[in-house]
Amino acid sequence: MIIMKKLIIVTICLFSVACFSQEKKSKSEKTSIHVSGNCEHCQMRITKTALSQKGVKYATWDIPSNQLTLIYNARKVDLLDIQKAIAASGHDTDKFKAPDQVYEELPGCCKYDRQAEEK
Amino acid sequence: MKYSYLFLFLSLSLNVTAQNVFEGQVHFFDDNKNKQPLEGATVYWDNSSLGTVTDKSGKFSLPVSEKFKILVISYLGFDTLKQHIHNYDNQQFLLTSNTDEQLDEVVVSKRKKTIQKSYFEAQNIVTVNSAELLKAACCNLSESFETNPSIDVNFSDALTGTKQIKMLGLSSPYLLITEENIPMIRGASQAYGLTFTPGTWVESIQITKGTGSVVNGFESMAGQINTEIHKPLSQPPLFVNVYSSVDGRNELNTHFAQKISDKWNTTLFVHGNQRTQKNDKNNDNFSDNPLSKQINLLNRWQYIDAQKGWVGFANIRYMDDHKQLGSLNFDPSIHKNSQLFWGSEIDTRRWDSSLKIGYVFPELPYQSLGLQMSYSQHDQQSYFGLNTYDINHQSFYASFLFNSIIGSVKSKFKAGVNFMHDTYDEQVVLDSYKRTDYSLGGYFEYSYDNLDNFSLVAGIRADSHNTLGVFLTPRLHARYVVAEKNIFRGSVGSGRRIANIFAENQPLFATSRTININSQSDGVFGLNPEKSWNYGLSYRRIFNLFSRPGDLTVDYYETHFQNQVVVDWENYREISFYNLDGKSYSKSFQVSLDYELWNNLDLRLAYKNYDVKTQYNDSFKQRPLLAKNRLFGNLSYETYPNDNNALWRFDTTYHQVGKQRLPNTVIYNNEFSDSYSLWNAQITRVFSNRFEIYVGGENLGNYRQPQAIIDSDNPFGPNFDSSIVYGPIFGRKLYAGLRYTIL
Repeated sequence: MIIMKKLIIVTICLFSVACFSQEKKSKSEKTSIHVSGNCEHCQMRITKTALSQKGVKYATWDIPSNQLTLIYNARKVDLLDIQKAIAASGHDTDKFKAPDQVYEELPGCCKYDRQAEEK
Repeated sequence: MKYSYLFLFLSLSLNVTAQNVFEGQVHFFDDNKNKQPLEGATVYWDNSSLGTVTDKSGKFSLPVSEKFKILVISYLGFDTLKQHIHNYDNQQFLLTSNTDEQLDEVVVSKRKKTIQKSYFEAQNIVTVNSAELLKAACCNLSESFETNPSIDVNFSDALTGTKQIKMLGLSSPYLLITEENIPMIRGASQAYGLTFTPGTWVESIQITKGTGSVVNGFESMAGQINTEIHKPLSQPPLFVNVYSSVDGRNELNTHFAQKISDKWNTTLFVHGNQRTQKNDKNNDNFSDNPLSKQINLLNRWQYIDAQKGWVGFANIRYMDDHKQLGSLNFDPSIHKNSQLFWGSEIDTRRWDSSLKIGYVFPELPYQSLGLQMSYSQHDQQSYFGLNTYDINHQSFYASFLFNSIIGSVKSKFKAGVNFMHDTYDEQVVLDSYKRTDYSLGGYFEYSYDNLDNFSLVAGIRADSHNTLGVFLTPRLHARYVVAEKNIFRGSVGSGRRIANIFAENQPLFATSRTININSQSDGVFGLNPEKSWNYGLSYRRIFNLFSRPGDLTVDYYETHFQNQVVVDWENYREISFYNLDGKSYSKSFQVSLDYELWNNLDLRLAYKNYDVKTQYNDSFKQRPLLAKNRLFGNLSYETYPNDNNALWRFDTTYHQVGKQRLPNTVIYNNEFSDSYSLWNAQITRVFSNRFEIYVGGENLGNYRQPQAIIDSDNPFGPNFDSSIVYGPIFGRKLYAGLRYTIL
């Protein structure tokens, strides 16, 4: 029993250490996500939206690959929230789809192919 | 590089249905020239939110509206098609696009503008690229501005053939002229320094109106000119340029580039020029341009390790320039120091070395460190008739820069320190002057950009200088965009410098004037340092007229001197230097228009007005030898390249230079010069990417300033003066040259 107790304590300790280290998020987290778009207008909108989120330090969106490279303070902002904001501006991301109404209001050149994205 | 031409066919089969839907189909030719439907092309009405994407069979359908007439179809790797839809009959459209065979690189076929004005930057910057520099093929940096309305080019005197540049109505000492952001044309090199950088070395030139950034020091008062030299990484293995003109000037430029390893590249630039022929078209027994000989060598090394984030440049350069000017009969070995014939020799030797190291944090692309160091030694030995002028200037410059962000890349900053150390040793006729200047300064420059319509650069620097003391230099630039394409800019900033009165006014030695320095303080030469404020406003409008792009810019700048070393030529027997006692300002207005008249036919027009006045000892008056009004026009045309990239280029430039106030001399009494015009033209035949030839002419109207040298018959008499120059000395000049590149 004592051994069991000790094991439990050790396990709890180990977990808490693991939890703690998970809590300590990076101040300059670097990641890359897919964001749908076509042109320079999209580029402006996507990077502007990303950078207007508190904690986002750096954002560049590459037109040919549709990859958005982000550096953000993971203690201040969650990647999901950044994606949500970008989707709300009209651009589908890995995790979120833009509202149809916003998509419809995008300028002509930004009408990316949504069917292809769904596949 | 081999390009396969791909054709994008757009066939529109129109079925106007009850809902007014516009249906069509997009095709392209694949590598085997088979017609294929293009899936995923974006199709939309211009300036609308009505858009769609083509399906698997290349088909699309779009709602039709009376308001929208221009259809835009775009797809990566193809030229965007813009088509005015007039009628809905069966139409076919053909698009060509240059992409390479693997389709991994898109070649943009739209011509890049040879002069680019800043759009996103807060500062008013004009970038001149090497294609623009080719429009006036001759020959060095001082002649690189002939096709650019922001800079005025004047002759500095009637003998040396040297051109002097002015911006916002102020001459080059009031500009900070840098080479790759290291201060370059200053001190001893102020008079002839621009002729020491051959034109073929230049990759691009950035011209900033207003005081510019605080990063490169406190010396810019009216503007900054930065020259970027070709980078070894992007140089072809061999480039050869040969130039020859009817006035006997011959130039040879060769660039050898070598890739040493993945990380190291080097280029050796070799320049030589000479003029062996004396010309006297105006029959004053003085040579219209000097005999000259120059050897100029530059070796550059470039290091790049993109993964680790290190970049570096090392440069070493040696220049030897010899000029002989004056009377046609003058032979230096016999007549030097005699009064038989008037003559002059200017010998300059210059060493330059510089090192640049940059580090970009691999994980933080917005954060970087930079270190720059340069050392130069400039030695000029010269005599002008019986006047000796020697100057030795050694200069050391070091700068450390840190770039990063505050919060996000919308707010960036630069912070750093510079150190400058200059020693001057001058022999001026019988007097010698020695001095050392050194300064240490720190700066902080903040820039904000809301990524939309507003940006700002605010900088401040604090310097401690051994004669200027401790002082602050603030500078502010802001940009505001009203309704996309209407850009307003404003700037304010201060600048300071020590006037190198002899080095900057060397034409005075080729006169009989006595030098009069009105020493009033214990500053350099007994004169106070110069200090000024510059304010500017600029408006730029980008527009489309008859479906062709145009660009209108209106600039207004004022420079006010709180102190200035007044250079007074008003008394024809002397030249005086004294501290400003009263007002001195330069107000400049410029309106310029760029417009594409027809496919590949570009027009550039500008009007400039200068009001530059100074309080002289006798009165408050207009600065002499400066045209109040100037008109500028440039027309250039380029044919479409054929399969071999062969094409023709035509370029012509027109300058109308208004009347200029002339200082009183024995021949001028409260007079103004004539207004005159200059007309230059050039034709280039490009045979392939490797070989091209050009012929051209400067001053085709053959205008010459009458009596450019005052009392040339009596050069050792009291009235001799070659400094009152307002126009060209040499008339029409024709030239030809070739460029050969091994790719």
